[in-house]
Amino acid sequence: MALISVNNLTFSYSDNRVLKDISLAIEEGDFLGIIGPNGSGKSTLLRLLTNLLKPGSGSISINGRDLDSYSLPNLARLIAVVPEETLVNFPFTVEELVTMGRTPYLSFLDSFTSRDREIAYEAMNKTGIFHLRHRFINEISSGERQRAFIAQALAQETSILVLDEPTAHLDINHQTEIFDLLRNLQAQRRLTILVVSHDLNLAALYCGKLLLLKEGTVFALGSPAEVISARNLESVYRAKVMVTENPAAKKPQISLLPKI
Amino acid sequence: MRKPVSFIMIILFAVLALSVYLALFWGAIKITPFGPGNDISRLIIFKLRLPRILLAIFAGAGLSVSGVVFQALLRNPLADPYILGTSSGAALGATVALLLGFSSYYYGVPLLAFVFALLSLILVYKLAQLNGKMSATTLLLAGVIVNTFLSGVITLLMSLNRKELYEIIFWIMGSLDQTDMTLIKTTGAIVLVSTAVLYLYSHYLNVITLGEDKAQTLGVGVETLRKILFVLVSLIIALVVSVCGMIGFVGLIMPHIGRLLVGPNHKVLIPVSGLLGAIFLILCDVLARTIAAPIEIPIGVITALAGAPFFLYLLRRKKTSIEYEV
Repeated sequence: MALISVNNLTFSYSDNRVLKDISLAIEEGDFLGIIGPNGSGKSTLLRLLTNLLKPGSGSISINGRDLDSYSLPNLARLIAVVPEETLVNFPFTVEELVTMGRTPYLSFLDSFTSRDREIAYEAMNKTGIFHLRHRFINEISSGERQRAFIAQALAQETSILVLDEPTAHLDINHQTEIFDLLRNLQAQRRLTILVVSHDLNLAALYCGKLLLLKEGTVFALGSPAEVISARNLESVYRAKVMVTENPAAKKPQISLLPKI
Repeated sequence: MRKPVSFIMIILFAVLALSVYLALFWGAIKITPFGPGNDISRLIIFKLRLPRILLAIFAGAGLSVSGVVFQALLRNPLADPYILGTSSGAALGATVALLLGFSSYYYGVPLLAFVFALLSLILVYKLAQLNGKMSATTLLLAGVIVNTFLSGVITLLMSLNRKELYEIIFWIMGSLDQTDMTLIKTTGAIVLVSTAVLYLYSHYLNVITLGEDKAQTLGVGVETLRKILFVLVSLIIALVVSVCGMIGFVGLIMPHIGRLLVGPNHKVLIPVSGLLGAIFLILCDVLARTIAAPIEIPIGVITALAGAPFFLYLLRRKKTSIEYEV
């Protein structure tokens, strides 16, 4: 049985149909990249998968149970989300931020225990930000902040990790750092990772599977070699590209071709 | 850098005690605490000054903690019940209750103040959202517009009802001149209990500063939480406004100083801000009573004169003007 199964999912914002009849299965341990042009429904799909939006029709189930049948804390013990926007208006320390990942295990009137602290410390170690734990979250670099949010998600101790454009505002060195980190986590913790990315080369390089969306439908789903082809990308993005192989990683790599 | 919380709490309690001492014995009539007491000085202390101090403590703490909650919930360090029109809503509710003759019932004024405060808060919250996003700017603009509109309605009611003019002015200017001990005790008790309940939500307030989506994916029922918090802050604002009128900027300045002292963790920020608010309002009231004695200046004037420049200072800082999602 698939870990996550999506059946005939449809979603509209007022009269704009954003997702049309999407069905797919995500297996445990998958590292799935969700790609597609602006407006193809990537973020909407992610919000539906994390129960921030309710399906118009169709259903999503995790471990065979409908997403809606989970209580909020129970779902938060199953799926952790790293949002695209990680700006924080208040000067929490990195440690305070990461410890908030323990919220789903906290009942009303409870306080965090030393066990919660240990888990937060371990998450900070894993993501290489332990030395920053007393720094303020609004005073570290965006790459460090991204790691802090990933650490928070790890402290949630979920089996599924969802990230929305985790490298959107990062320099190339930080981009590969974040994806290296994700791949390590996937391998060590048997995490299932879903990541929305604009960066096709990064997604092709790291993800085991890619989901290519076009106008709210599944255009292609498979290994990077299957999905990343000049024909697919031209018909989805309407851009001229050339696909070659990254000589080091043996993964497809896209080169843009100017029209003139 | 932040000092240990216990150290700061001890200092604040000491300052609170000093402020109470000052407020008891300093005023238009000087009273020495250790001299031979007479009936008049006893009367001044227990019937005039003590009620004001109690009022200052619960109003200051209530307003300050409401500010903390506004800022967390709206993810905006500039949010404050006065600036966003919630206080005006309460004042309009109180005015309407007065004009409808509800003030002869003990709870008529606070009840209507509560209803109007809650409605104005919900209105500002809805107005500030554009396409599911909320920006610091639209929130403040929505607050200013609602505030201006409500103040306009109050002024209209005032000009149509000259007989009640002075009672309405009391709500607009803000004053701690209140000697009804039963009223002070009941409202004080309710405000302090509501503040204590807000404290129980400290952890959830921390989480919600990360945004409603993030809070929900951490397992927090944001919708319910927002409703509970809106009701509690509206209750506090309504009671404070019913008893002492509109006193602005306490909810803006005190939480800010609190964050500078102990950081944004609401477990410590709420008690620290509450204490700061109480101290601030006691001292403002001493000023209001003494600088132009025997004339008493409305305390709302003092807090506004201190608060408006402070607001501008916060507004000018770059960090607070970021766009964010609700």
